Amino acid sequence: MATPPKSTIERVRATLARRNRAERRFKNLGRAAVLLGLVFLVLMFVNIISTGYPAFWQTYVKLPVYFDPQVVDPQGNRDRETLGSADYGALVKASVRSLFPEVEGRRDRRDVAKLASRGTVFQLRRMVLADPSLVGVRTEIWVPVDDDYDMLHKGNVDRTLPEADRRLSDRKIGWFDRLIAEGRIESRFNATFFQAGDSREPELAGIWGAAMGSFFMLVVTLSLSFPLGVATAVYLEEFAPRNRVTSLIEVNINNLAAVPSIVFGLLGLAVFINLFGLPRSAPLVGGLVLTLMTLPTIIIAGRAALTSVPPSIREAALGIGASKLQMIVHHVLPLAMPGMLTGTIIGMARALGETAPLLMIGMVAFVVDIPQSVTDAATALPVQIFLWLDSPERAFVERASAAIMVLLAFLIAMNALAIVLRRRFERRW
Amino acid sequence: MYRKAMLTAAAVALAVAGLATSAAAQQRDYIQIVGSSTVYPFTTVVAEQFGKTTKFKTPKVESTGSGGGLKLFCAGVGVEHPDLTNSSRRIKNTEVERCGKNGVKEIVELKVGYDGIAVANSKKSKALSLTPRDLFLALAKDVPANADGSKRQANPHKTWKDVNPKLPALKIEVLGPPPTSGTRDAFVELVMDAGCKEFAAIEKMSKQPRRAACRTMREDGHFVEAGENDNLIVQKLDANPDAFGIFGFSFLDQNTDKLQGASINGVKPEFETIADGSYPVSRPLYVYIKKAHLDVISGMREFLAEYTSEKAWGEDGYLSDKGLIPMPKQERQQFSSDVKNLKNLAL
Repeated sequence: MATPPKSTIERVRATLARRNRAERRFKNLGRAAVLLGLVFLVLMFVNIISTGYPAFWQTYVKLPVYFDPQVVDPQGNRDRETLGSADYGALVKASVRSLFPEVEGRRDRRDVAKLASRGTVFQLRRMVLADPSLVGVRTEIWVPVDDDYDMLHKGNVDRTLPEADRRLSDRKIGWFDRLIAEGRIESRFNATFFQAGDSREPELAGIWGAAMGSFFMLVVTLSLSFPLGVATAVYLEEFAPRNRVTSLIEVNINNLAAVPSIVFGLLGLAVFINLFGLPRSAPLVGGLVLTLMTLPTIIIAGRAALTSVPPSIREAALGIGASKLQMIVHHVLPLAMPGMLTGTIIGMARALGETAPLLMIGMVAFVVDIPQSVTDAATALPVQIFLWLDSPERAFVERASAAIMVLLAFLIAMNALAIVLRRRFERRW
Repeated sequence: MYRKAMLTAAAVALAVAGLATSAAAQQRDYIQIVGSSTVYPFTTVVAEQFGKTTKFKTPKVESTGSGGGLKLFCAGVGVEHPDLTNSSRRIKNTEVERCGKNGVKEIVELKVGYDGIAVANSKKSKALSLTPRDLFLALAKDVPANADGSKRQANPHKTWKDVNPKLPALKIEVLGPPPTSGTRDAFVELVMDAGCKEFAAIEKMSKQPRRAACRTMREDGHFVEAGENDNLIVQKLDANPDAFGIFGFSFLDQNTDKLQGASINGVKPEFETIADGSYPVSRPLYVYIKKAHLDVISGMREFLAEYTSEKAWGEDGYLSDKGLIPMPKQERQQFSSDVKNLKNLAL
């Protein structure tokens, strides 16, 4: 006996529960995916910020310094050459030892002098060269402590470990504790970190040099890739005939956008350095290489922005007698510009975070002097992070994390700018 | 307005292109150094000291690896080529020949000190006392199947106890540098070859097959190539107490609270034992100098004088603070005078 045919509502009801379950499952899966992503993001931020946060502070010690004329300027004629080459190390040693008069024995006397950063020597030299009247003066100055003591003050040295297992012996910790008790130790904002170039002493190392290198590189990249990218996009989208050649070019551009960035580094080494003879490690070459890398991104974004301008705008412009160029420059380009800018900023952000192509062109380098132009030797922010993470000193790990925070801040700012531009100016039809 | 913007952009682009061509002819006013990542931490300290205490600019030091550095160094004479190169091994004959072909005829060799290679593990685990023989048997791809090594088999050893009954039954897991690294070269030469020597039949083989037998590392997961970054190995050892790592002594020196070095032939890797040569796994570090550049690049002589000064490479010098093991006094004097007199390299 055949069952009577079901009504539509019955058929819907029969599967409703199952379909609702499927939808809930899918939603939950989606939520879980988002949650998982967020968990990893939070983990990364917590890890980086908790390691890097202390790097924004630096431990300082107050030293009584006597600019002994016997050491600094034995002839007494304030000759800059003599002042520049004087043994400031002796002043630092004498100063630290005056705080610990009871320390004896060659080894201990040597160790105690290492309490102050090695940079103190340079600091005293700079002070005297800037103001020769300091010679013969007794004064107290704050100088950074050596990175081992900085780590101790920040609680990164486990005092409960047996003495042999620590970088600092009981004696050294004792000296430092005495200075704390005397009020000679202070934690200050680490301005050096934002003003100095690279250094092999963590307490003297800063990101300004690398930031300037990145800046010069992005200036070169932006000034080359934006006009070139926009021009290419406009030509391909508005003027070029649709034929085999243009579709071949199109395929190639899409392909280039996916080429691993190290390949562009190899190209840069072969063409810009070996063929054109440009200097190694220069932001100019870095910028040129990054231009090659970001061009496809900008072209693709630019073409997408141009296609999203409705044909009615073009037809209206042509209809009232505008030439093709006028139509593009006066009407289409302004409407497509927000989309193009967004693509450009995203491309720039990618270029800022890039290291692989820079390896090939010699930007993985120790550069102390702050670069002043696009042809000076320089390094870049992500490369600086890589170099610090590769250093044996423990204090560089925290410096590297702090540099990552700075880099992330730049990237977030650039991406936020892209979003704001898009929200503010984008028109929908 | 947009036309104006485009015109400005084009002008900027042209200016940059112009700069590019003019930069090519520019004279270099700083010293350019390339080479080994092992020597990098030491040369950079000297460079910084030099830049901050003299009227010269701070030299630029690139970390390219020993082989890469010598390749760049030997590419030719002229400001676009580096002046000095760091190397964690001695220059090879083939490299001297390549140098000569490209016009780099006169090279001065400067040995700057020694570096130990440590085999270390986490303090959470037991310290081991190893011999080169143990390490060879644990890490080689093929190991002798009988006493004199005339028969060989794929390495069957799973734990250290399999290698040497005196060692604990701990799984063999060693993180080491890749073949491109100078540390790896030195390790196979000083440890694997020494371990190999104890097997008479392998010792008798001709050079090529002997090298293959001694120096090929196993690839079944017991020896892991962990990349050039020694800090990464340190972190991995801390997370995995069973694993051992092979890396430069300065990283062990900076992490004595976390890591312990295994004794090799009963000697622990320490500053003093490496300096007096009793710790067997140590290697010399070099800087090679391009003589033709000495009078072209300003400050080169002064930089070399700084490098070879007692306050830098002496027993109490700032380089020893960074973990460089100084040479004995006599050797220091000899290399210092060789550099002063610009004695040509003779292999």
